[in-house]
Amino acid sequence: MRISGKGMVDRSKPVTFRFDGVPYGGFAGDTVASALLANGVTLMGRSFKYHRPRGVLSAGSEEPNALITVGTGAQQEPNVRATQVEIHDGLSARSQNAWPTLDFDVMAVNDLAAPFLGAGFYYKTFMWPRRFWESIYEPVIRKAAGLGALSGQSNGDTYEKAFGFCDLLVIGAGPAGLMAALTAAQGGADVILADEDSLMGGRLNADSAGVAEQAGSDWAASIVAQLAAMENVRLMPRTTVTGVYDGGTFGALERVNQHHGARSGGAALECFWRITARRSVLAAGAIERPVAFRNNDRPGIMTAGAVRAYVNRWGVAPGKRVAVFCNNDDAHQTARDLEAVGLHVVAVIDSRADAVVEDFDGQVFAGAQVCNAGGRKALESITLRTAGGREETLQVDCLAMSGGWNPTVNLTCHLNGRPAWREDIHAFVPTEGAVPGMAAAGACAGVFSTAGCLADGVKAGKAALQALGRKPVDVDLPAAEDAPYRIAPLWAVAGGGRAWLDFQNDVTVKDVSQAAVENFKSVEHMKRYTTQGMATDQGKNSNVAALAVLADATGRGIPETGTTTFRPPYVPVAIAALGAGSQGHGFAPERWTTSHFRSVEMGAPMIEAGLWYRPSYFPRAGEQTWRESCDREVGYVRNSVGVCDVSTLGKIDIQGPDAAKLLDFVYTNMFSTLKVGRVRYGLMLREDGHVMDDGTCARLGAQHYLMTTTTAAAGAVMRHLEFVTQCLRPDWQVTFTSVTEQWAQFAIAGPQARVLVNEVLDVPIDGESWPFMACGAVTLGGIGGRLFRISFSGEHAYELAVPARFGAALFDELAKRSQALGGGPYGMEALNVLRIEKGFITHAEIEGRTTAFDVGMGRMISAKKDCIGKTMAARPGLVDVNRPQMVGLKPVDAQAKLTAGAHLFDAGVETIRENYQGHVSSVGYSPDLGRMIGLGFVRRGPERMGEVIHLVDRMRGVETEVEICGTVFLDPEGERVRG
Amino acid sequence: MVELIAKSACEGLLPLSIGSVTAEEPEYAVMTSLSAFADPSALDAALSKAHGLELPLPGQSTSKGGLRCLWFGRDSVMLIGVAPDPALVEHGAVVDQSDAWARVTLSGAGAVDVLARLVPVDLRAAVFRLGQTARTQLGHMQASITRTAPDGFEIMVFRSMAGSLVHDLKRAMAAVSMRG
Amino acid sequence: MRIECPICGERDRREFYYQGAAVMLARPGDAATEAEWQSYLHLRENPAGRTDELWQHEAGCRAWVVVTRDTTTHVIATVRLATDVAQTREATG
Repeated sequence: MRISGKGMVDRSKPVTFRFDGVPYGGFAGDTVASALLANGVTLMGRSFKYHRPRGVLSAGSEEPNALITVGTGAQQEPNVRATQVEIHDGLSARSQNAWPTLDFDVMAVNDLAAPFLGAGFYYKTFMWPRRFWESIYEPVIRKAAGLGALSGQSNGDTYEKAFGFCDLLVIGAGPAGLMAALTAAQGGADVILADEDSLMGGRLNADSAGVAEQAGSDWAASIVAQLAAMENVRLMPRTTVTGVYDGGTFGALERVNQHHGARSGGAALECFWRITARRSVLAAGAIERPVAFRNNDRPGIMTAGAVRAYVNRWGVAPGKRVAVFCNNDDAHQTARDLEAVGLHVVAVIDSRADAVVEDFDGQVFAGAQVCNAGGRKALESITLRTAGGREETLQVDCLAMSGGWNPTVNLTCHLNGRPAWREDIHAFVPTEGAVPGMAAAGACAGVFSTAGCLADGVKAGKAALQALGRKPVDVDLPAAEDAPYRIAPLWAVAGGGRAWLDFQNDVTVKDVSQAAVENFKSVEHMKRYTTQGMATDQGKNSNVAALAVLADATGRGIPETGTTTFRPPYVPVAIAALGAGSQGHGFAPERWTTSHFRSVEMGAPMIEAGLWYRPSYFPRAGEQTWRESCDREVGYVRNSVGVCDVSTLGKIDIQGPDAAKLLDFVYTNMFSTLKVGRVRYGLMLREDGHVMDDGTCARLGAQHYLMTTTTAAAGAVMRHLEFVTQCLRPDWQVTFTSVTEQWAQFAIAGPQARVLVNEVLDVPIDGESWPFMACGAVTLGGIGGRLFRISFSGEHAYELAVPARFGAALFDELAKRSQALGGGPYGMEALNVLRIEKGFITHAEIEGRTTAFDVGMGRMISAKKDCIGKTMAARPGLVDVNRPQMVGLKPVDAQAKLTAGAHLFDAGVETIRENYQGHVSSVGYSPDLGRMIGLGFVRRGPERMGEVIHLVDRMRGVETEVEICGTVFLDPEGERVRG
Repeated sequence: MVELIAKSACEGLLPLSIGSVTAEEPEYAVMTSLSAFADPSALDAALSKAHGLELPLPGQSTSKGGLRCLWFGRDSVMLIGVAPDPALVEHGAVVDQSDAWARVTLSGAGAVDVLARLVPVDLRAAVFRLGQTARTQLGHMQASITRTAPDGFEIMVFRSMAGSLVHDLKRAMAAVSMRG
Repeated sequence: MRIECPICGERDRREFYYQGAAVMLARPGDAATEAEWQSYLHLRENPAGRTDELWQHEAGCRAWVVVTRDTTTHVIATVRLATDVAQTREATG
């Protein structure tokens, strides 16, 4: 029911939305909760475990009951709080955890079985048989108990992430936060003010108290307007600061477009901010706590502050006959505010015997307690026990309850800080210095009057200015109420029945007591045994009461009992927001070679090599399988000429007086002896003696080398070189420049390689001027390039490099001209076969566990010098002949299939781990040999040439006999490469 | 003799305008990485003598006419807009980088907000002034970012990542423009 | 987490590559024993308190830095260029 003339919603802007399919009206400025209450709807959800009917408890992000699903289909978002969702035309919201309807929920039968479903029920009941847990118990329990569901479909909604920076981050825009921000901003600081509400002002919008002789909400609006006009202030409404991280870093979730439902054209629903602030002020306010009594979860029972908020901010009457139940003076204001708008306050029940309710003429029960609530889907009555012990029943449809206020200390605990108990307000407050650079101000620091909050905000703002090295400014303090906060603790009303502590996870006083009885006396154990505080609200309005009950049950005080650990995020954050931008092509950068588009155009399936994309093979019309394409491409290289883009290999330009010395140190073999204009193969070890990488290195000048790395290890090798020079040899004069991207480089391999090279070079070469392993500068149509006579296929081959802007054009030329010579471009599959046929290694062989000894290159570790990894490579265990060492493998049956990853066993022995003799690292089909061939590692392998060994791959069902052979399957004398 | 036609890194991808922000690929320019072997003062002197430019300090750039020199790392700077004088090779490594980087200029009132969605460095005008440069990340890419105008930036990432750069910029530009 | 790069200034942790304990700077010399190598490569302190670590400003200036950090509070006391630390080591033997 709306109260005429009351509230801050915009009555000129009516809004229609749906809840469970039924259309309702509201106004701009309403939340789903306020609009439903205005329409007389109090039943908004079903509880997690017992499926009890539930209404809204609060008016903020701490809401445990009114969780709804917003949107439909792929875009549906479950478990959002009706108290935070702003209504807009077209909004469709649904209740959760009820079937078939919210009104008639079959699973409510759980509530009748409650005596059997208390804390620890699952642990005790579903213990055996063990195998039933995964197959029967868990799925059934999960179906019965639960929250909203995801759609299971891919959601195309857009989310953003962003980085923010400021001198001062103020968290919360209530009276303390506004004054802190204003003070700091006037002092010239660069300020971000973040508040999770759509409307800044905090409790000033929910309470009737005035500030500076005007309505609190009007004063707040004027300060917000003043801040908005300042260049050094960024206002972030609808932004919840979710976490505090090291070094002044904060996570914050901004609701960007959810409140008007815009989803098209890249409009982000939410933005996850990483904010870096030199200082911060926490002005997060406080959360009112319920009192535990029998059936205190009936729809219509809310916190007293929430009732005031619905009346004052939204102009909504939460009921027609309202009672107030409290243990503190603050809740009395609810009775006065209700009376002021003409609502009937049936009674104020205050648990304190000496309570006096000022300015209130209605019925007051001092020293009394509410001990039961009547009605099921809606509150109908309450039963109270008077100071004299008499029970009395009052007909009410709304109960405003208050067990006091808990300062919202959560963020101060994210860096392991522990809050401190304050006996005078019966609440935890932040410990100073818990977060470096953060000061708590206002209600979250235990200051509960408006005047106190305003003053505390100014103080925090000034302190921040001082810490930032700025001159503090004087800010006029507006006049406001300064009522003292009087409270006497009341956590749970004595008596039978179930009294709720944690509404969202259905945890009662009895459950917590039961935990204590079963010796789960530590608050951390109690939490996990009862699941208190483990729901999506993280126990925001139940943690303190639960540990107070635990303290009582264990005979300890609250400070000794302590709290559980508050961890980020403060409110649930969608994974889509955290991972914003990482969907689809945003997941990782895609590196494209200059031949990428042409390769795709030619139909080549592109495969990932690190971040690079490389062509797998280039299919021809009529080819049915990739093998046909691969065999054809292998044939190009063996019989005419093939062209392959090898630009992805790392290329590092190394220069300086100590360049040669550096290479001698990082490679196992010598490079200082390499002649200018020549290339040498090099092997690089890690300091622990295992192989790191391999590749060729060309000497371009006396102090100038060009190192090539594998595609996969390019980044790691660069980092390694920088480590060696900066950390181990800081006096050496040597520089590194990555030129991987500067040059587009193509392998040209096959008997016709030189013919093709000479077609594109301005000055032709011959065997004498460019012998095997020669390199140097060339020109192509006047463009400067580099030519290397190196081979990864065992054929007469070159690698030709041009500046990358000419890469696409050169690839086209080479592809076209090679085809005219009976060859063509080849992809990774053919490249792999070509190198296996020659026994050349890749990271399939040097996979981090193998040594130079293992791959047959032990003699490449020069005895004449030290190098990285040399000492450790000589450890006896790393040169043991019993180690699996690299060999060639060929199947006895020419038709047999080999698989990489298969294990090798001696013939006739049981194929168990203990009998392992080695494994297969690479396989491919060799068209020349007419069978599959492989490289692998076998214990004492080099001594076992010709031996037949058993290959087993259980994963792929392959079992066959293979013969151990040399690693070079073709042209063992290496005549072709020099030809 | 072959005739090879040059293709720029962002050909077919740019220009792109969304809302108040425009991304364009600048004209091809000779870019050379200069790294002193030891004491950079000799390189500094040679650079001044040959091109009239000082070696920039970390995070800074120097310029003269159409020539610029960007700080590019702990021991390197990038000379842009001129073929390096042969005398420079006496004092350090001189390496052609003209084709190694995809370059994009981002301009418009919202350019700084677009970058705030991608770059973990404060690039607001009061902090990151004209001529200042940073080596940092853009999304998951290593990048060089320089303020070249009151509301303009020059961005460089590895050439092969041009497609990803444009993809990320486009998404951030759309998000900024949708905020109005 | 923020790390103050001696060259670039304060930057987000995401720009840095983490290597491990800064003992990697003290590579054993020619006369080193097997035990010294074993210690250099494999043995690490796990202090509750101050520790020296090697990081690289990989996405920034690419300087290797020695970060002195408290493992209990995560407070970073100093960040020094590894070249400076290594040169000092060499000078003092």
